[in-house]
Amino acid sequence: MTIRCEIVSQDRTVFAGDVDIVVLPGAGGEMGILPKHAPVLTTLKYGVVKIRKNGKEELFTVAGGVAEVQPDIVTILADAAENVDEIDVARAEAARTRAEEILAKGVPADTDAYLAMEAALRKSNLRLEAVSRYRKGGTRVSTSEH
Amino acid sequence: MASAREMKLRIKSVKNIAQVTRALETVSASKVRKAVNAVTATRSYATKAWQVLKHVAEQPGRDSLHPLLVERKKVRNTLVVVITGDRGLAGAYNSNVIRYASQRFDKNTVPVKYVAIGRKGRDLLYRRRKELLGEFSNLPAAPSFFDVSAIGRLVVDAYKNGEVDEVFLVYTNFINMARQTATVKKLLPLELTDENRVQDFEQHHNGPAAAYDYEPDQSIILDEIIPRFTALQVYQAILESQASEHAARMVAMHAATDNAKDLAGAYQLAYNKVRQQGITNDILDIVGGAEALSAK
Repeated sequence: MTIRCEIVSQDRTVFAGDVDIVVLPGAGGEMGILPKHAPVLTTLKYGVVKIRKNGKEELFTVAGGVAEVQPDIVTILADAAENVDEIDVARAEAARTRAEEILAKGVPADTDAYLAMEAALRKSNLRLEAVSRYRKGGTRVSTSEH
Repeated sequence: MASAREMKLRIKSVKNIAQVTRALETVSASKVRKAVNAVTATRSYATKAWQVLKHVAEQPGRDSLHPLLVERKKVRNTLVVVITGDRGLAGAYNSNVIRYASQRFDKNTVPVKYVAIGRKGRDLLYRRRKELLGEFSNLPAAPSFFDVSAIGRLVVDAYKNGEVDEVFLVYTNFINMARQTATVKKLLPLELTDENRVQDFEQHHNGPAAAYDYEPDQSIILDEIIPRFTALQVYQAILESQASEHAARMVAMHAATDNAKDLAGAYQLAYNKVRQQGITNDILDIVGGAEALSAK
């Protein structure tokens, strides 16, 4: 018995497939979704979505969004999402430093700019945290790979 | 037949036109690639978001869930958002959208108000003396969601405050490079297909319906997603239309270049004939003159 899971970010489909369980960071805390779950509509926090299929786990960072649970399908509409294995550590780190530098210089007068910066910082932090916590073998520096 | 000099001028001007249309075709070709990438990238998200909205609308007692889900008993005003381009020279792209809109809404029983996106559509609607509620033109190429969120807000607000009781979106759906079709989509209130209605009916009569659990809270989450996902449909429609516009322009300009080449060829042939005729006449004159002299 499996449940269909689709993770879609604003610019692409990040994951689509049948899985055994989905654990997602709902507004009221972590939620584990098994097949035949009752319908739920929830907002998502910044966090990690876990998917298990035949004992194999896959992890995705999601930067907020909405999840819709139906008995046979979980649809995750994330503002941004990516597979933890795909995260480019060097880029995320660079983005974090840049955001921190700008925020350290003082709060941008423009509210939109400030919110965008803050969101970028939170996103980079989330990615880096997810990598250091979940990626096998701890933090890898992506530039030394391939 | 025109004189050789006139024909030469005409050939030159036709060739000039061919050059301009070829340049426009090349520009559109590169723009269409970007626009198609943008539209296909966001399509899955927009489709899913629309599905979620429909599921919400299928909930029993939808009228009490959120003001944007209420189907008003009496429709007094209709709002139509028409998406066209800012520029012409795109074949029938702009006029197709307007023609489709007027076929669909000119015989409407209640007054229709329009929101025009794109300068061409604005001008055409204005000329037809339609009531324009708003106008957005000179959108950036491949706009971000935030560039166009004001449009969505205008639409949602007009619906919320009762200025209009239903909202339609008329835009061009990008199917592939050779096919783009004008389409209409009902944006507000969310419309269910008949099939869903039957289900809804059965749910009501077969005991408890499968209603959503909401986290954190029904009103918070619906307040957040319904206006945003509605605006997202407008955004997606704009991307679809932009991709269609560039594709239509590319095809139109390609045809124009071909036609100009054909025309230039035909003129060249005619010019050659005129020139040859002129030379023959000149030779005849000379020979005739020489013969007249030697006969003496």
